[in-house]
Amino acid sequence: MTTQTTRRRGLARFVPAVAAVLGMSLVLAACGGSDDEGNGGGGGDDVSVTFLPKNLGNPYFETSSKGGKAAVEEFEGTFKEVGPSEATPDSQVSYINTLTQQGTGAIAISANDPEAIGDALQEARDAGTKVVTFDSDTKPEYRDLFVNQADAKGIASKQVELIAKAIGDQGKIAILSASANATNQNEWIKLMEEDLKANHPKIQLVETVYGDDDDQTSFDKTAALLQKHPDLKGIVSPTTVGIAAAARYLSDSQYKGKVQLTGLGTPDQMREYVKNGTVGSFALWNPEDLGYLTAFAAKALVDGDIKGEEGDTFEAGKLGEYTVGADGVVLLGDPLEFNKDNIDDFQF
Amino acid sequence: MTSLIDPSDTSTPSRGRTYRDHQRPLWQRVLLSRDVAVWAALVVVYLYASATVPFFDRPITITYLLLDVAPILLIALPMTLVIITGEIDLSVASTVALASVSFGVLYDKGTPVVLAAVAALLVGVVCGAFNGFLVTVVGLPSLAVTIGTLALYRGIAVGLLGTTAVTDFPEAWTDWARGRIGESDIPSIMIVFAVLAVLFIVLLHFTAFGRGIFAIGLNEGAARFSGIRVERTKLVLFMLTGVVSAMAGIYYTLRYGSARGDNANGMELQVIAAVLLGGVSIFGGRGALPGVIAGVLLIGAIGSALRLADQTADVINIVTGLLLVVSVVGSSVLGWIGSRRRRGAPEPNSTTPQADPDGPVSNREREDR
Repeated sequence: MTTQTTRRRGLARFVPAVAAVLGMSLVLAACGGSDDEGNGGGGGDDVSVTFLPKNLGNPYFETSSKGGKAAVEEFEGTFKEVGPSEATPDSQVSYINTLTQQGTGAIAISANDPEAIGDALQEARDAGTKVVTFDSDTKPEYRDLFVNQADAKGIASKQVELIAKAIGDQGKIAILSASANATNQNEWIKLMEEDLKANHPKIQLVETVYGDDDDQTSFDKTAALLQKHPDLKGIVSPTTVGIAAAARYLSDSQYKGKVQLTGLGTPDQMREYVKNGTVGSFALWNPEDLGYLTAFAAKALVDGDIKGEEGDTFEAGKLGEYTVGADGVVLLGDPLEFNKDNIDDFQF
Repeated sequence: MTSLIDPSDTSTPSRGRTYRDHQRPLWQRVLLSRDVAVWAALVVVYLYASATVPFFDRPITITYLLLDVAPILLIALPMTLVIITGEIDLSVASTVALASVSFGVLYDKGTPVVLAAVAALLVGVVCGAFNGFLVTVVGLPSLAVTIGTLALYRGIAVGLLGTTAVTDFPEAWTDWARGRIGESDIPSIMIVFAVLAVLFIVLLHFTAFGRGIFAIGLNEGAARFSGIRVERTKLVLFMLTGVVSAMAGIYYTLRYGSARGDNANGMELQVIAAVLLGGVSIFGGRGALPGVIAGVLLIGAIGSALRLADQTADVINIVTGLLLVVSVVGSSVLGWIGSRRRRGAPEPNSTTPQADPDGPVSNREREDR
């Protein structure tokens, strides 16, 4: 009797373990379908470019990756996109390390932190991988090239111009930004503050709030802003997530048409609000072109056509020839203004 | 837990070894434990991934894996003890961030790096003590307390640094945090982890204090009446969690060379998931550190393998989540099946209770499974 209970108990104890192991290997078997050895950077003429955006599931990066993919297909390389689900530097580091192990030809990355991912990128470069940052840069020493969507000054002055036009160059405005640590947004906000002070003395910036590039948070922060400042004339949101959430809030509220909204948005997200009069105009560079240019820059580096030094020139397919500027920066061009007249010409 | 204790236990006090975990021979206790199951799963995943996932079998995989999970490994040690007492600490990741920011701000203001590190550790102790105070002295549930301090500590951390990040830590320190032991593939931080792991294993499994932790988790009232200082034990554990989280925060800061308010966002759930996967019962009273260590490594290895197999972060989350659910639900379901099976044929036991000293004890055990 004793032995029997013991055996049963032993069995019951062991079955979950066995089940767990079996279940796991099944899951892994289902996922590990691609047994072919990845084609490393040295694979002949085949240039492999991997896009590593801040996070996946972000329409902006989906569009830039689309452009990147189009470019890679054009020069017949291998395109791949990986990325974390949340825009944090530590999760990006894991992906950089993975790509280093796989020996991808080039990494095209939008950095979640200018410093935190630097060491991992350096290791990747030591292993022969080329690193191109786009959209959001690291410190210059950690990458070969930075493809800049538009210089910060151009972006800041464009947004100030749009909001000044919208509110008649006077009154209180607020800024709805991404996360408090976002490199880009903070730089633009600083320049916007300077521009406002110098050229638009009647516009008063009352508050900057952070929606963390999260739709619901941005929505709630917009509501809070309007409650706190009933005499607010305008909101500038230099982030695609923020402006869409703010537009959604405004279009269903009593403030529609009274509080002006502008900033950086994508045509697809903003089309409805431009057409129903919530938003007059907004700006953005074309992220698809950004991805496209980034992929060509990566190819030029992998092929050894350029080294990322000032004055290097390379061909970027349909976009024409580009020249590398100081600090290894390639500038895409000026931001584009979208309004109800031209918005239907763009689909991204 | 109280309802599970069979009252007939008291009638068979001196038959064999009634302390359940010591009834069977040593080899069975060692080999048929949940810990070994998790380690086995880890080995299986490792071997399977080495065979099928390109590049997984390189030694560098282990280096990256250990670097990535190091903060989770560190925090999982004290977290295991806290969960075994039946409490929980959700504020660990926020403590990591607050320690990271304190370390960064002090260093930025010109404090010598060692002093800044000590101050950050003190911040961790204070964070833990505050949790412990609210739980033990004020008597609030730890779940509620630490949800509050999760937001509070994170808020202070973000508030202290605002929109900036402190970088440019001394290279000797950051190099060490990213470095390896000599020529090996093992990151240097594993030395710290090994020392702490030994300390915590001794504390939990080989001291009276550790037995008190299990006793509190199984039955707090009984533990109190047996003279275990429940409040003090819990307070000490929360403080240990705080200080180890701060240590992880300093490591995190140095490894990424960046002190930011949003460092380690969401890490508390990774830690707790690993602890539960490692076989610790969320209801307290059950669990062991070796299994927890394997649990952390298992989650890390699966993530690493799936990333190398070009799976997205969502797939990794789904697999880790499923694994956790399967391991928690699976063991309860099997335990329930086992108890049904035995409940169906209890006659031999009940007719000759004296002949089978295992009987009542195994009744109790199957409920726990």
